[in-house]
Amino acid sequence: MSLELLDGGAAMAEAAIAAGCRFFTGYPMSPFTGLLEEMSRRLPAAGGVCLNAESEIEGVNMTLGAAAAGARAATGSCGQGIALMQEAIAEAALNETPFVVFNLARNQQDYFQATRGGGWGDYRTITLAPKDVPEAVEHTQLLFHLADKHRAPVMLYGDPLLAQTRVGVDVQPRDFGPLPAKDWVLDGTGGGTGRSRQIWTWAMGKANDPGPGPDGHWRAIADKFDRIAAEEQRHEESMVDDAETVVVAFGTAAKFVEHVVAGLRAEGHRIGWFRPVTLWPFPGAALRRATTGARNVLVFELNAGQMLDDVRIHAADRDAVRFVGGVSIAESGLSYGPLLDAPAIRERILGGAT
Amino acid sequence: MIIDTSGPPVLPAKQVADFKPSLLLGEHSLCPGCGEPVALRILLEVLQELDIVQRTIGVVGHGCYGSFVRIMDVDVLQCLHGRAPACATGIKRVRPGVAVFTLQGDGDMANEGLQEVLHAAARGENITCVMLNNGVFGDTGGQQTATTVLGQRTKTSIDGRDPELHGYPIPVADLVASLRGSAYVARGAVSTAAGVLQAKRMLRKAFQTQLDGAGFSLVEILTMCPTGWFVPTAEGPTYQQGTMEQTYGIGELVTR
Repeated sequence: MSLELLDGGAAMAEAAIAAGCRFFTGYPMSPFTGLLEEMSRRLPAAGGVCLNAESEIEGVNMTLGAAAAGARAATGSCGQGIALMQEAIAEAALNETPFVVFNLARNQQDYFQATRGGGWGDYRTITLAPKDVPEAVEHTQLLFHLADKHRAPVMLYGDPLLAQTRVGVDVQPRDFGPLPAKDWVLDGTGGGTGRSRQIWTWAMGKANDPGPGPDGHWRAIADKFDRIAAEEQRHEESMVDDAETVVVAFGTAAKFVEHVVAGLRAEGHRIGWFRPVTLWPFPGAALRRATTGARNVLVFELNAGQMLDDVRIHAADRDAVRFVGGVSIAESGLSYGPLLDAPAIRERILGGAT
Repeated sequence: MIIDTSGPPVLPAKQVADFKPSLLLGEHSLCPGCGEPVALRILLEVLQELDIVQRTIGVVGHGCYGSFVRIMDVDVLQCLHGRAPACATGIKRVRPGVAVFTLQGDGDMANEGLQEVLHAAARGENITCVMLNNGVFGDTGGQQTATTVLGQRTKTSIDGRDPELHGYPIPVADLVASLRGSAYVARGAVSTAAGVLQAKRMLRKAFQTQLDGAGFSLVEILTMCPTGWFVPTAEGPTYQQGTMEQTYGIGELVTR
């Protein structure tokens, strides 16, 4: 293993290229911009194409096209830009075009946007929330694998700390196991053979070979997302077995929470932490186990209470669930405010535990 | 093209069977008098004549012509309303050896997706965009689009398009022609047999432009929509000639 000192944007760019990404689009928006710049610098050398799209809508649809043609492809943005992309993310989920979306947001206020989505139809978006840059490198590569495994658009949900922190990382390619053949890809060779291919959300097929149509296709998609929900849940937990208090947090905030909780445990508090690694599918069964017997299930997130909904759905005792996070934004509007700090989090946790 | 009818034809008459491109898998389901199936047919004939059938990907937008996806024996991505030029860009960039075309209506290209086509043209994206312009949302029953001509009655401009109220129609081919990345831009019409042949020549040049790697190409084809225009079926071509063809003009705008 060799470590390279990279900021988050460069690290994710290298990880994407190592995973075989050969098409990337983006529209500058802080803190996503760094990744776009790194891709535009690094991808051509790897034989790929990076386009500074004229809009997020065009960027995501270019990526959809590249993925439909068989490339490992990705795009990204944050906040309002992701909102513009959601029409196409939903479309790709329903027409089964796999690509990766780097949602490098300004804070944690886009949890609903990432996990619920604003597109149309019965779709879900596999969403991973790395807690730091090394994990983002692993997640980036895993996401390309998951996208191809399930033929679906997938998302990495990060933030300014993830995008801009400089860390020593290992960006070697990782092997996540075999994948199904990409026998659905449009390569242009089907014309005139009677077996031309189509990628179509409504899946109505050709006159000589009718497809399942929207009813059959969309039910199959719903079944697929049920399977993904069962198979792909990931989480981390620590010190929950005897805990009276379990603190639930994701992403960067979880890294701070781990540190604070470890300190409280060392002081003798019966406290542990639980971190959803996949925000969708939410690791509900694991959370139920981890919170069984807990008197306090504290949710710390840097927003007005969004993951809180998922914790309430899955905690062993929903009356034990309390929100101890909050909106905390830097003056610039572009990053977190003072609540993302160990002493402040410690105070919130101690105040929330009964 | 003027056909000399003073003597016997120089070439043997085509058999009726020859008139159905083998790339058509079935009958279209559009209205009688519609111009779009005519445009589809010449498009498919051009693919065959250029011998690029097995290295072509179509990117189809939303509108009546969306139903062509079922009868075209061509690899196809059916994409979101207006986004075809962006999707085609992604395909072309990762498969530069494949001919990539979009098939869009005026609602798709001029309303929902004007920035997609303009940006693709400005980039000189090596794709061919085909817009079937009938000046009306046909699929939804005859509402005003950005290309509805002045005075035209639609369900959302019931007394006719009034510039004071609805503004002016957008000449898409002219806009695209103004951009440096455009290598071939033309506007044809399928209201007469001669017009069909001319439009086919335009499509052929557009695809040849792409095969030559010369840059962006666009053919806007004016197509009859008697249903959406609320005129008798047989009057579609005459109506088109007196309205849309007067407003937009037929011919090549860019040849490089």
